[in-house]
Amino acid sequence: MTITQAVRSTATQTPAPKRAGRVRSGTKRAASAYYWMVWPAVIAFAAFHTLPDIVGIFFSFTNYAGYGAWNFVGLSNYLNLFRDDRVLQAYGFSFLFAIVATILTNAFSLAIALGLNAKIKARNFWRGVYFVPYILAILVIGYVFQFFFSNSLPKILAGIPVFADNILTDQTWAWTAIVALAVWQACAFAIIIYLSGLQTIPVEMYEAASLDGASSWRQFRSITFPLIGAFFTINVVLSLKGFLQVFDPIIALTNGGPGTSTESVTLLIFRGGFSGGEFAYQTANAVVFFIVITIVSLFQFRVLQRREADF
Amino acid sequence: MTSMTNTAPQLENELDAITAAPRRRRHKEADDDTRRTNWWATALIAVCSLTVLVPLYLAVVVALKTPDQLTSGTGFELPDPIRWENFADAWTRTNFPQALANTAFITVGSVVFTLLTSSVVAYALARNIHRPFFKGVFFYLLAALFIPFPIIMLPLVKQTSILGLDNQVGMIILYTIYGLSLNIFIYTAYIRSIPIELEEAARVDGASTWRVFRQIIFPLLMPMNATVGILTCVWAWNDFIMPLVVLTDPGARTLPLAQYVFQGQFNTDYTVAFASYLMAMAPLLIVYIFSQRWVISGVTRGSIK
Repeated sequence: MTITQAVRSTATQTPAPKRAGRVRSGTKRAASAYYWMVWPAVIAFAAFHTLPDIVGIFFSFTNYAGYGAWNFVGLSNYLNLFRDDRVLQAYGFSFLFAIVATILTNAFSLAIALGLNAKIKARNFWRGVYFVPYILAILVIGYVFQFFFSNSLPKILAGIPVFADNILTDQTWAWTAIVALAVWQACAFAIIIYLSGLQTIPVEMYEAASLDGASSWRQFRSITFPLIGAFFTINVVLSLKGFLQVFDPIIALTNGGPGTSTESVTLLIFRGGFSGGEFAYQTANAVVFFIVITIVSLFQFRVLQRREADF
Repeated sequence: MTSMTNTAPQLENELDAITAAPRRRRHKEADDDTRRTNWWATALIAVCSLTVLVPLYLAVVVALKTPDQLTSGTGFELPDPIRWENFADAWTRTNFPQALANTAFITVGSVVFTLLTSSVVAYALARNIHRPFFKGVFFYLLAALFIPFPIIMLPLVKQTSILGLDNQVGMIILYTIYGLSLNIFIYTAYIRSIPIELEEAARVDGASTWRVFRQIIFPLLMPMNATVGILTCVWAWNDFIMPLVVLTDPGARTLPLAQYVFQGQFNTDYTVAFASYLMAMAPLLIVYIFSQRWVISGVTRGSIK
């Protein structure tokens, strides 16, 4: 029932008081109170979100260093980005990190969610335990991981060279430690989303399937996975988008090092923009980053939703 | 939830139906599950949960050690003797009370303002979504979900310092505004499921739109208020990048920021540093332990629509 229908049905019954009558007569225009409810939010949002966006895009066409005078330089910031090894490396790292972390997060959290959805002892307790990482500041728990990687692991796994020499200072493998921390935290939320998806599947479906002799794997492939397709899509899209912008785990573990081998795009924008005197250059980088993330997200939605519909 | 002044009888019935529904469902779910206990799954889940518990264990035992004990072992050994002074040291060296007060102020302020503003905006949008203006505003706010923070980071810092908002109050404003997109998304879906007849009864009695919202809609929104409140609380408490770039005064430091700033100062003084980490994580962790089921159901409600 729409508002107008509801309005008509009640308006015919009772002669409305004057104030309420004004609300009802507005079939074309909403009551002014609704506008008062929305306008302040729109103005605040425009001032603190849209305005910085526009200012950023504006300065990306200049040579502003964050202070002093500036001139328009056209597209040269954008052209230079594609020739800058440090920028390209940051994109390479961010994508490698995000893809690996997304795959691991979704594999682990789906597996854990399946376990939590089975009939197990003390299910609520375990569910509570797996959610703990979500409520911890990743930076702070990241420092605990940093100690673990740099002080505990070298002693525990002294026989394995990569770990014995502190993996965080390893040019080739340091990124895997960041993946471990990021996945560790991201799983908490992903598990909850998968679990709520799994709980929408009626138990009877599995009973029917097992009566027909379907194996557990077959049941997962033919019932579970198709039915939680929407949850899979949302989890993959959200985690990839989040991981592409990785920042806190890097600060906690490697600070971008060794060298710049674990420098993500966000970290590069932060560093170059605030302390490198590259305000305009890094806002150009940010604009490109935004376009990249939007394209990746939309592409994912298309691919994953088409696959969802296939079932 | 039923503390309303002008309720018609059928309205109260509706309310009862709304509040009773989840309770009944939960009951049913427990009864329905006639499967046998799966011990393999239980064991697997228990073993895997060590990945969550071991880092927390490590944080606790290291925080209770003397520096000597730490250098001789891997860190996982039980502390003997226990050194409680680590906490006292961390308390003074990170200026813990100030960081805690800042974080608490920002978090409470953000949650309160978010609940008061997001719900009002969402209500106006949900009830007028068929009108072009409101639909436009809805998608305008929603589009921001696609814009990553790094884009606005650099200009935002300029803007907050020009406006004198590079402080705790500024943080509250920013969390309230940036949370709007997601919160409206969460609220509107729920508000549209609230029957409009509930409002009409009050309107017939002459209640204004604001009054309808305050006395009928807002109390009915309690489950979503919980969801939005939890998400905002965890975000504001743990956020690092926004305080890092926006806050300029050392006296305004939040807990995560204080850990970051003092990280360099701790150097290899791990035992004191860990005591400091524990104290930074403890408040939210303790609240979570006592409200675990409520928190998880709140977050779940936000993720399924």
